[in-house]
Order: sequence, then C-alpha cells, then structure tokens
Amino acid sequence: MSILVNRDTRVICQGITGKVGEFHTRGCLEYGTRMVGGVTPGKGGGTVADLPVFNTVAEARDATGANATMIFVPPPFAADAILEAVAAGIELVIAITEGIPVLDMARVMPVVEQSQSRLVGPNCPGVITPGECKIGIMPGYIHTPGHVGVMSRSGTLTYEAVWQLTQLGHGQSTCVGLGGDPLVGSSFIDILKLFEEDPDTHSILMMGEIGGSAEEEAAAYVKEHVTKPVAAFIAGRTAPPGKRMGHAGAIISGGKGTAEAKLEALRDAGIEIAESPADMGAAMARAIQRRS
Amino acid sequence: MKIHEFQAKDLLRAAGVPVLDGKVARTPAEAAAAFTMLGTPVCAVKAQIHAGGRGKGKVVGSEQRGVELAKSAEDAARIAEGLLEKTLVTIQTGPEGQTVRQVFVESGCAIDRELYCAILVDRAAGSPVLIASTAGGMDIEEVAAKTPELILSEPFDPDRGLGAYQARLLASKLDLPTKSWRYAEQFFRALCQAFVDLDASLLEINPLVLTNEGTLVALDAKMTFDDNALFRHKDIAALRDEAEEEPAEIRAAAAGLSYVKLSGEIGCLVNGAGLAMSTMDLVKYHGGEPANFLDVGGGANVEQVTEAFRIILSDPNVKGILVNIFGGIMRCTTIATALVEASQTVGFSVPLVVRLEGTEVEEGKKILASSGTSIVTADGLTDAAEKIVAAVKA
Repeated sequence: MSILVNRDTRVICQGITGKVGEFHTRGCLEYGTRMVGGVTPGKGGGTVADLPVFNTVAEARDATGANATMIFVPPPFAADAILEAVAAGIELVIAITEGIPVLDMARVMPVVEQSQSRLVGPNCPGVITPGECKIGIMPGYIHTPGHVGVMSRSGTLTYEAVWQLTQLGHGQSTCVGLGGDPLVGSSFIDILKLFEEDPDTHSILMMGEIGGSAEEEAAAYVKEHVTKPVAAFIAGRTAPPGKRMGHAGAIISGGKGTAEAKLEALRDAGIEIAESPADMGAAMARAIQRRS
Repeated sequence: MKIHEFQAKDLLRAAGVPVLDGKVARTPAEAAAAFTMLGTPVCAVKAQIHAGGRGKGKVVGSEQRGVELAKSAEDAARIAEGLLEKTLVTIQTGPEGQTVRQVFVESGCAIDRELYCAILVDRAAGSPVLIASTAGGMDIEEVAAKTPELILSEPFDPDRGLGAYQARLLASKLDLPTKSWRYAEQFFRALCQAFVDLDASLLEINPLVLTNEGTLVALDAKMTFDDNALFRHKDIAALRDEAEEEPAEIRAAAAGLSYVKLSGEIGCLVNGAGLAMSTMDLVKYHGGEPANFLDVGGGANVEQVTEAFRIILSDPNVKGILVNIFGGIMRCTTIATALVEASQTVGFSVPLVVRLEGTEVEEGKKILASSGTSIVTADGLTDAAEKIVAAVKA
C-alpha cells in the first residue's frame, strides 16, 4: 500500500519531446515506473525512449490506458496542459513546470476542483512510492521502501529529508512534492488525509517554508484528525520579510507567513520540530519513539 | 517586479480607474512647471521610490517629508529641491534609505473620507480577492492585526471579474452614500479588471478617497507584478527601474538565478529554494551569518554556476562560501565542473566548502578531488556548516 501512485500506475509525460521531459522520462523508466507514452502537440506518431508520442492527451489515454501524467510543458502553455489532462479524465496530474503565472493557476483551480482529477504541483519535484513508481525529477536511489509518509513544498529539501530517513533506516511509503507556488493543486491537508487513511503509512514528515498559512492549517488539521506521529521542519527562519526567496510562494508579507508563526502552530499541535535541516530524519525518529 | 506610483497611475488611468492629473519631474524647474500646468491651487509633491511609508518618511539630515503639499510653483520647486537626489528613509526602506531620483507632482482634491483597498491573490481562496477597509491612510497591517473586523474581502473569478453586486456590497459596508455607489461599481470593477489584465500580484490603493463630490479616486497606487507573467507584458517589463534594485540581484536575474543579498559573511550557493533557505538557517544555527540566498535552480549550466560565484564574491562582506547541492534535475557533475571552472577563472581568495549529494554524486566528487583546487569537501549538512563557520572564524 501507499498513496497516489504504485506499481500499477500507468504514466504519460506531457512535453516528452523536450530535453528535460525526455531526460526525466528515461529516469522514471530506469526506476521501473510504467511509463506508457508521451504527448507533444504536432509530434504525434514519433517515439521517445521507445515510447509512443501522441498529439493529444485524450489520444494517449485511449491508446495506453494512462491514469497519471507528469507535465514538463513550458510555463506559458503549462496551465493549458493541466486543463487538457483534466479534460481527458487523467486521474492524477503532476505538474513539474516552474514559473506558471499565478492567475493562470487561479483559472485552473476551480476546474480541477470540479473534476475527478487530483492535481499535484505545479513547481514540484513529483511523487514517488519507493521501489514501485517514480513520477518526477527526484533522484530515485536515495529512497527506500518503508512506512514514513513525506510531503513538502520544496524539492531538494525533500531529497535531503528522504536521504536522512533512509540513512536512519526509516523507509518511505510515498513522498509527495506539493510545489513552491502560491496556488498548488494539493495541500498538506489533502495529503495528510491520504496518509492517515493509508495502513502502510505509520508516521508523517512534513517540510514547510515561509509564506502563506498552509502549515498553520495543516497543524490545526493534525491536532483534530491525525492519529499518527508527525514531525516537521520549516525553512526560512533567517529569511527577511518582503523578499521572495526563490519560490513564488516563499515570501513573508504583511507580517504573515513567518517561520515563527508556523513553528508555534506546529508545536501547539504536538508535532515534533526539527530545529536544523540536519535534524529532519532524527525528528521523525523522535516522534515515532515518543509514541511507542 | 515593482513600479513607481506615477507609472501605476498611468496604467490605472488607461484602464479606466479614476486618478488625479499629475506629472513626473526630475528637476525643481520641472516640478514648478508641472504645478503651473496642472493649474490647481494645491498640489502634492511626492517622492518616487519603490517603498511605502513616504508620507511619514524623512529625508536624511532635514525635516523634509517624502510627500508634501505645494501652494505655488515656487513651493513645488522648493519641495522637489529638498527631495531630489536626497536619501529618503521610510518604515519600508530600512535605515539606509533610498535615493529619490524623481518626484510626482499631482493635483489636489477635496477629501471627504479616506478608505483603503487592495487586490491580491488569496492562497486559501485560490483566486484574486478585493479587500477594502474604512481605515484608509493607516498602516493596513496594523488594522488587520488589531481590528480584523474592519477588513472586508470579496473574492472574484479572473475571467468574470468583480460582480457589480460585489462592488455594491462593499460600498454598502464601507458606508458610502448611495449616490456614490455607481462610482464605487465603476472604480472597483475597473480596478479588478486592471489587476487581471496586467497580471499584477499586488495592487494597493491607500488611501482611496471619497471626494466632496461623492466620487472615488485613487490618491496613491502601489503595483507589483507577477514575474512569471512578464513574458506576456513586454510593455510592463519595460517599466522596470533598475536604479531602485540591488545591482547583484539584477545581475542574478539576468543569469536566471535567484539571489537575495543579506548582511552576513557566509555566501551560500544552493540548488532549490527550500534547501537554499534551509542552508541559511543551518549556517545561523551553527553560529554563522548567511551573506545571501542563492538558488541556482534545477537546470543551471556551467556558465550560470560560474556567474553565481562571481555574484557571491562581489559582496565584500563574504569571507567564505558554502556550496550545498542535492542533485535532482541538477547533476552533481555539472556543479563540480562549474566549481572547478569558476575557481580557475574567478579565483577564490576565501575558503570554499562543498557538500554534494544526489544524481552522479560519485563522478562529481571525483571531478573535485582530481581538480587540484583547495576546495574542502563535506559529508552531510552539519559537517558542512561546522567546516564553513570554523573556516570563516579562523
């Protein structure tokens, strides 16, 4: 068991003929993911990495039975690519693309909400169930199958946390990159629900960062609804207010979105805090220890 | 991307949002001419910098405020003289202040009430939202913290725009006289349309003025744009005033890097925004002070990484550099090659500690080891932080 993706997930890549799309399609194939095809408008009929390329997502879905897509389409066209995947009825839409205009996402969000599709991202590393299915850009070898559910707003910070967990002997059930943009398809709360329901996930590690209030909302949800041990790290304690720290969503504005406010909410919910980024894996281990 | 008030007013006027007549001036003589041309008994002379709080801000070494009223052309020239090429310190500029390079001379109006309104994208609602308050002219953050009930908000769909009924709802709650409601409808709906059409990320009108005639007018205007959408607004991108920005940040942006200058002494070069922030936190946790945030991104090439080093080294406070790379899209071989190339072309006079992990890590470490440079390698985050802090303090 796991959440979102497993060995049966059939995956296409939107933007497969691009350099980055092809590179990571090959990476996913090497990991063992059931990649079944790709989509690039106008390049249908060709192949990339021995996979068939289609002109539309609908054609790709009909021909391959795909139920998940990873999107590497460039920012000006990425919102449209998400909408195309949703319209074609793809169940899991994972948008890796960074740099999508926020108002494009504001137009996409209500369409996704009213559909049967789940969107993860954009501006995220993807989703991996170790040993079964990797959809995205994360280095596969750092992961180990196990029982810690991992979710994060940042890509490389997730790799760091997973690496620490693996070295401490804690494998992962599924790792979900939520994305660093102000508007993303799946929130901490959405994924918390799935981890709480998943019998194979025994504990949860979350990495948040400055900006917005998603961590505070997650803390409140954990307090009310989550029975499993939870540990957390918040990036950006040293970030100055009013400055965007790389991610479009990582900004303290109007005195809101500070690391301190998030840490306070997380502590209040009984969540184990990693004080240093080197302490993320150990914090998870402490939270598990505390319950046993 | 930020723009000046006078630029925002031009954009709003073109979008049908009522603003007062005004003219930008870069010399006292131009300010006097602007006053005469506008022809109203009173004009405001306003410093143009990319920071708020100008009304209460002061010019270094004088009692000159960032915004003052002029009653004659001579008056306008005198105020402009006191502002131009001077340093203005406001609550938002920090103690070092910002140089005023132009002033905006704007005609006056008869004010009945001062209100507040702003548009931004609300993360929880997943849509843009118009917020308004009767507490105009005040620090809205303070209002939000102390009296949140005074803040009204109306989310709207970007394509449908703000409904006329939503504008009336706000007008009613703001206690505007009914004869002003049609002005409120026009003002708020045009403002929301401008926000969407221009791909703004923040549009703040503080104060929004109810005039004695019952009309609404934007007395101030602050606009920030979504950097990710500038590709479809070349005209707005052209409004960028680089003189208002940190030179190293402009240079970084040109190279496709994300850089924020801080005041510490340990330069950081990291891939990924979250890891870059965490690396700053890590440096601080181990007793050092980060000199910068720098994310080389996922697809950085040798040229970008070399440029990243040059930018970090352009900060005279930097006494050491910590490189922290966890390879995903970025391959460790890329960073290792760039490190070696940068150290050969730029030349490092400060200690450099490198921590690599991820895709092609072994090959990357081999490149560093066989390079013949003085690069110190680290295993893990704590080791890396301890080594760089020790090296800088040595």
